[in-house]
Amino acid sequence: MTRSQSMQPQSAVGAPVARVDGRLKVTGSARYAADHGPADGIEGVVHAVLVEATIGRARITGVDTRAAEELPGVLAVFHHGNAPRLPYRDNPFPDSINPPGERLRAFQDDRVRFFGQPVAVVVATTPETARHGARLVEVRYAAERVGTDLAAGTPGGEPETYGRGDVEAGLRSAEVRLEMTYRTGRNHHNAMEPHAIIARWEGDRLTVWEKTQWVADPRNELAAAFGIPQESVRCLSTVVGGAFGNGGRTWVHSVIAALAAREVRRPVKLVMTRKQLYSGVGYRPAYEYAVRLGSDRSGRVTAMAHDVRGETSRYESHADDMALGRMLYTTPHVAQTVSLVPLDVNTPTWMRGPGWSTAAYALECSMDELAHELGIDPIELRLRNEPESDPATGSPFSTRRLRDCYAIGAREFGWDRRNPTPGATRDGDRLIGTGFAAGAYATERMNAQAYARLDADGRVVVQSATSDIGPGTATSMSQVAADASACRWTPCASTWATRCCRPPRSRRWPGRWRASARPCRTRATCCAPGRRPRGHRPGLTASRRRPGRVVVRDGWLSVGTDPGRGETYPQLMGRNNRSHLEVIGSYEPPEESGFSMYSYSAIFAEVAVDARLGLVRVRRMLGVFDAGRIINPTLADSQAHGGMIGGIGQALLEHTITDHRDGRIVNADFAGYLLPVSADVPDVRAIYVDGEDREADPIGVKGLGEIVIVGVAPAIANAVFHATGRRVRELPITPESLLG
Amino acid sequence: MDISALPLGEITFTPEGGLRLGALARMADVAADPAVREAYPVIAHALELSASPQLRNMATIGGNVMQRTRCSYFRDVSAACNKRAPGSGCAAREGYNRGHAILGTSDACVATHPSDLAVALAALDARIHTRGPGGERTVPFADFHLLPGTTPDREQDLRPGELIVAVEVPPHPRPLASGYLKVRDRQSYEFALTSAAVALHVQGGVIRSAGVAAGGVGTVPWRLRAVEQHLVGRRPAGGLWAAAAERAAEGARPLAHNGFKVDLLRRTVERQLRIVGGGS
Repeated sequence: MTRSQSMQPQSAVGAPVARVDGRLKVTGSARYAADHGPADGIEGVVHAVLVEATIGRARITGVDTRAAEELPGVLAVFHHGNAPRLPYRDNPFPDSINPPGERLRAFQDDRVRFFGQPVAVVVATTPETARHGARLVEVRYAAERVGTDLAAGTPGGEPETYGRGDVEAGLRSAEVRLEMTYRTGRNHHNAMEPHAIIARWEGDRLTVWEKTQWVADPRNELAAAFGIPQESVRCLSTVVGGAFGNGGRTWVHSVIAALAAREVRRPVKLVMTRKQLYSGVGYRPAYEYAVRLGSDRSGRVTAMAHDVRGETSRYESHADDMALGRMLYTTPHVAQTVSLVPLDVNTPTWMRGPGWSTAAYALECSMDELAHELGIDPIELRLRNEPESDPATGSPFSTRRLRDCYAIGAREFGWDRRNPTPGATRDGDRLIGTGFAAGAYATERMNAQAYARLDADGRVVVQSATSDIGPGTATSMSQVAADASACRWTPCASTWATRCCRPPRSRRWPGRWRASARPCRTRATCCAPGRRPRGHRPGLTASRRRPGRVVVRDGWLSVGTDPGRGETYPQLMGRNNRSHLEVIGSYEPPEESGFSMYSYSAIFAEVAVDARLGLVRVRRMLGVFDAGRIINPTLADSQAHGGMIGGIGQALLEHTITDHRDGRIVNADFAGYLLPVSADVPDVRAIYVDGEDREADPIGVKGLGEIVIVGVAPAIANAVFHATGRRVRELPITPESLLG
Repeated sequence: MDISALPLGEITFTPEGGLRLGALARMADVAADPAVREAYPVIAHALELSASPQLRNMATIGGNVMQRTRCSYFRDVSAACNKRAPGSGCAAREGYNRGHAILGTSDACVATHPSDLAVALAALDARIHTRGPGGERTVPFADFHLLPGTTPDREQDLRPGELIVAVEVPPHPRPLASGYLKVRDRQSYEFALTSAAVALHVQGGVIRSAGVAAGGVGTVPWRLRAVEQHLVGRRPAGGLWAAAAERAAEGARPLAHNGFKVDLLRRTVERQLRIVGGGS
């Protein structure tokens, strides 16, 4: 079945086919978590609305629910004073992605750990009544001093460290030394679809329709919270309206919905408001990233010290992977410390390109500063530090086509037309600058399982325990399945739409970092019946021959030496009286592959800066990606453009702002939290370097969904420097940072 | 009460060259009106730079003038806000106030007036026509929006039962060059950090009259009379724009996070004077 072993022609993979679910989505008939109802067997659903803490750190001294409970239609109000105690078994990695610590529990104590924490839930027969009731709940607090400012916080515990060589000696002996600290603001995922869940109990069995990136996680977390077997929980997720990492773990509101459903003995629907998403689920944490860099005059980086501080909650330690600085350049002396600063905030989580995009900002801006200091072209500086093998492990790279990315990008972007002098290119009131940054993202592989069935009508159905968070998983998986079964690919959304997840039997991983297509993460797919090639004769049955010699093309099975004689899958099954054939395939990555596997990016940005008014506008951007094999270029562009636009937001606009007096987020809506709009995104283009990675996985994919944001923010920041001669070391780059 | 059926949607010019915008005229319609674009580009620009196309298709002139502040503490019912809940305090003064006002503030309130259109109308000396139980009234635009003082909950000079029926722009001497500049974090669908509305009547090489107002910086649409006074009687040349704009932030009281607006306001006004008045 794998491409590296297959004689089969590959025709569906690589084709820019449209999404199989595109029509459903644009006509509004795709059903997201909260859209499910009677058609799905959910009868008598009632509605839950959360009551959030309006204080950053406190002990709850009283909850007055009388006014809410007197409201006609209110069924119940739950809070720490009346909610049942839940068993809350441990549910550590890898059954979950819960970080170390003690997760936030549903009304199990009187502590307020952060502003906006759910402290009660109102259940009512209509959403309006529940919302009204939630307003009427009065919570009294004994306030405590709150600490939410990363700059003022103290690291908890020992930092994570990495080292090779002797960085202090390396820095001492370096001909050129630079020291900078970069800061990044907190970002929120802000997917279009809010987190939402419908929970229904049947006896001690729980079914949830849930927004998730990984259907096993709600199953495992809810089973752990309620102390029931994992087999007693079923999680259904068909389409997801964007997640960007925030659907990776199962948050407390899902437990609250299930708790409420169990108590009121009705299915309960809980849809979070936009505002609640800023404190109820995770975010990309703020960081301070200090860099010390040592180099010789020729641009050979000899030493790099990275000291990183990131925010986390007081109850869990979320750590992003800051490994980029260890593997991107050949630097002999490298030291890293990564400290977490516990604050009175909710726990952060992974957000697109987690860790790597933050590290790329610091590392790639520092490389740009060095290039300027040395008078070396920024791309040439990277080439002088390009490793032949992974400098962190010594292992060979499975594939590393970063030089190709640089060369293709420089040519397509017109890098050689650049005047290297900062602040020297002007267009009216605007200064024009171009910037460059590289990036990498680890190719992570996890166990996975898929069920495939070939029906008598020639249709192929593939199922796996995953959800489609937007990259077009059902589409790309159907392409892989079409080629694997040598059937002709035709879109067949109905099959996709009616097949929900099969809860996996073994623990597995969401593969959420992956590219737009991988077999292990796709739920269901299909392709059309086989067709006899024109002019070919039926006859000799393929099955009597040695299977290894059977060739299938467009669903036509024949023997290699005589392609004219053969039969279709339906004929083969009909002759054998089989209604279907089925198989469960599983994939387990080798423990030690012996290779270092990463996706790579080279990002080029051109900005126009109105320096008098502090306005930065991206004029054009090019990303060149080495992501292994591209299953579907149209879906890949969707990922790449979205990731790069996210990078514009990270660089120039997105910033969750906390009022440190009480821990309140002051811009918890789309008016205050600025995302790029169309006018901010003039010209974004992606190019994929040809090739596959046979070491990465059986289909040669390294992953695209994350790498597409890694390097975008530093490319823009470097372009702003090139335009203005001014180095802003904080994201987002605001007008005020460029004034004066 | 639904007033959308009232016949208040007309855009008319008076014989003298004044402009009367019915209170229910849509923002998009006014912005697209050829006569408005010809006579008062500053109004069309301010409208086009407001909100989003969808909102402009629905929102009215009267509603725009009555628009309430974007102060996040005002909109967060769990925060102290004298404008929303008189006497509860002002969370913004010592809180996060990057978007807040530097002009016209009081101890009780520092909330910014969010309208772009109102800035253009201030520069053009507009008048508000109202009708109510006591009959019809005409309120000069400069008097319509109330400084917060100790009563930030009182935002307009509009009496109980009164309705805005029209906004009138009086005739201006011609030729009148005008325009609106909006400085904001993103390119569209975003309120101003600073903005400037400029209308200049230049005759014989001398500025005979000037209307200049600023947005994003005041608790009300902020008329810049000191800037106007510096312009009138002078020739539009050399350093005049910078010298006039230097007076734009007189009396500014910056807060912890909006200090940048003082300088940005001057630069915004200078840029827009140059765009409208010409020269370098």
